[in-house]
Amino acid sequence: MAAVTLLHTKGLSRRFGGLKAVQNVDFDLKQGEIRALIGPNGAGKTTFVSLLSGRIVPSEGQVFFEGEEVTGDPAWRRVRKGIAYTFQITSVYAKLTAYENVALAAQSALSRSGAVRKKDLDRAVAEAIEKVGLSDRARMKAGELSYGHQRLLEVAMGLALRPKLLMLDEPTQGLSDAEIDNFCNLVRDIARTATILLIEHNMPVVMQLADSITVLNAGEILANGTPAEIRANPAVQAAYLGS
Amino acid sequence: MRQHSAFKVVGLHLAVIVLFFLAQFVLPEYHHLAVTRVMILAIFALGYNLLFGYTGLLSLGHALFFAAGLYGAGLTAFHLGWSVPAAFAAGVGAGFFASLVIGVVALRTSGVAFMIVTMMFSQVAYLASLYFTTYTRGEEGLVMPEAARHFDLFGVTFSLTDPSLRYNIALLLLAVTLIVILIVVRGPMGRVLIAIRENEPRTLMLGYNTFLIKLKAFVISGTISSVAGAAYALLFAYVGSSFASIQYSIEALLFTLLGGAGTVLGPILGTFAMFYLIDIVSGFTVAYLLVTGIALIALVLFFPKGILGTIRERWMTWLP
Ligand SMILES: Nc1ncnc2c1ncn2[C@@H]1O[C@H](COP(=O)(O)OP(=O)(O)O)[C@@H](O)[C@H]1O
Ligand SMILES: [Mg+2]
Repeated sequence: MAAVTLLHTKGLSRRFGGLKAVQNVDFDLKQGEIRALIGPNGAGKTTFVSLLSGRIVPSEGQVFFEGEEVTGDPAWRRVRKGIAYTFQITSVYAKLTAYENVALAAQSALSRSGAVRKKDLDRAVAEAIEKVGLSDRARMKAGELSYGHQRLLEVAMGLALRPKLLMLDEPTQGLSDAEIDNFCNLVRDIARTATILLIEHNMPVVMQLADSITVLNAGEILANGTPAEIRANPAVQAAYLGS
Repeated sequence: MRQHSAFKVVGLHLAVIVLFFLAQFVLPEYHHLAVTRVMILAIFALGYNLLFGYTGLLSLGHALFFAAGLYGAGLTAFHLGWSVPAAFAAGVGAGFFASLVIGVVALRTSGVAFMIVTMMFSQVAYLASLYFTTYTRGEEGLVMPEAARHFDLFGVTFSLTDPSLRYNIALLLLAVTLIVILIVVRGPMGRVLIAIRENEPRTLMLGYNTFLIKLKAFVISGTISSVAGAAYALLFAYVGSSFASIQYSIEALLFTLLGGAGTVLGPILGTFAMFYLIDIVSGFTVAYLLVTGIALIALVLFFPKGILGTIRERWMTWLP
């Protein structure tokens, strides 16, 4: 099977005043893979995925999705094209029920192909909530869920968008070990239908999930490779792993 | 369970309409007219609530849309001799275009800037209604000519001097508005409006063009407000500048807050309660504006969810 490029960037840069948060990044993502994006705090990971999702506009460079340039597309249109992003800082609708949170995502996905019928919506929501294991909490307000469950709700929302690319920004941050195991299974499950870009600090999680890894340091790509290659890379060790 | 709540929702709103319908047979003359006014003002508040209560956008300029309906209907009837239905359509059309144009500009801002921009537009309209006094007679206003007091429809002549007809026209408009609001709020669009109110950046990242959706809400809200304005001009035969003043924008806010922002029936209840409160108070003092002000402060400080908002929170969580 020839690898199809789902997303790629050319010379992508973003400055904040004098600070170069992302510098001249050429990046390729193959369809169907699980890619981990790692790097020390402040390396520019969140900024980079924000450029991909359209939350932030680049200072320079281009983003292509499925061979089509999306650099000028607003964030909402990229989501409709299949690029979904779950926030690093949990950002659910605290006052709405878990069901409503996911329904908003599912409605967005369903409306891409015409009018939304209540029956289809209910089914899509039930499916996504079931997948993350929150079925018995669907009627609870999102703000009343535990932190771990809120993170799972975020993932359910990402799932319900039926994305081609799902970008998860530090999804396991603050989760317990049991929750992390559960989460790894979930990601593998999602990967059967979507390409995944995973920003993650937890190295065991990265090593067991990722097909390949990109290391970002000071806004630049330091290395690309398989988990084994990255582990063995001296530059990566110096900048990040070995410390 | 959801089917069950849909049944309750429809039943409750139907009951409110039936209650208004039956009230006309028992109300004494004074209250008959008062409730006619309340129903028209409630339409204004219902329109306001869609934007403020559901979408979370606080406009301080909705008097402009009420006035667009008022003057759109009043000026065409007075100066051009348009029939009542045509004048009504002119008023609603004026409200639609005003809200579309102002929405496109004002929605580039948010928060306090949005409040200021909407208020400034409204102030311009108010001053314009004073400036073009040749046509509007400013504060003194215009009394609708005899020709605009009746109209023919389907071969029947209706007279707007008949209190019973006025009452039922107001009720019909209120019922239609209520149905429109219910459909919007309980449908897919309502879900997104609430999402925008709760967290707009997140809603954008779920693939919604929030600007366009806010614009739709703005236009529906403004157009409903102009329905109230046009009906007011034609039913009560008077058009004057005071309806375009900031005070009317504040009243829409007050009615909504009192009844419960973000509840479907709240604005009707709020208009009703506030109207009678002012009515009673103005029997004792001319300073009824002071009452309006105090009520507003008290609501925001001690009772931010309003009557129905509180009831929904405590007892009737199924209320839309
Ligand atoms: N909105 C912003 N304004 C100014 N500086 C920012 C902004 N967002 C991020 N930065 C800076 O850009 C750098 C990269 O940040 P970020 O992308 O959040 O890193 P990471 O996610 O890898 O920890 C940091 O130095 C951060 O302080
Ligand atoms: Mg980050």
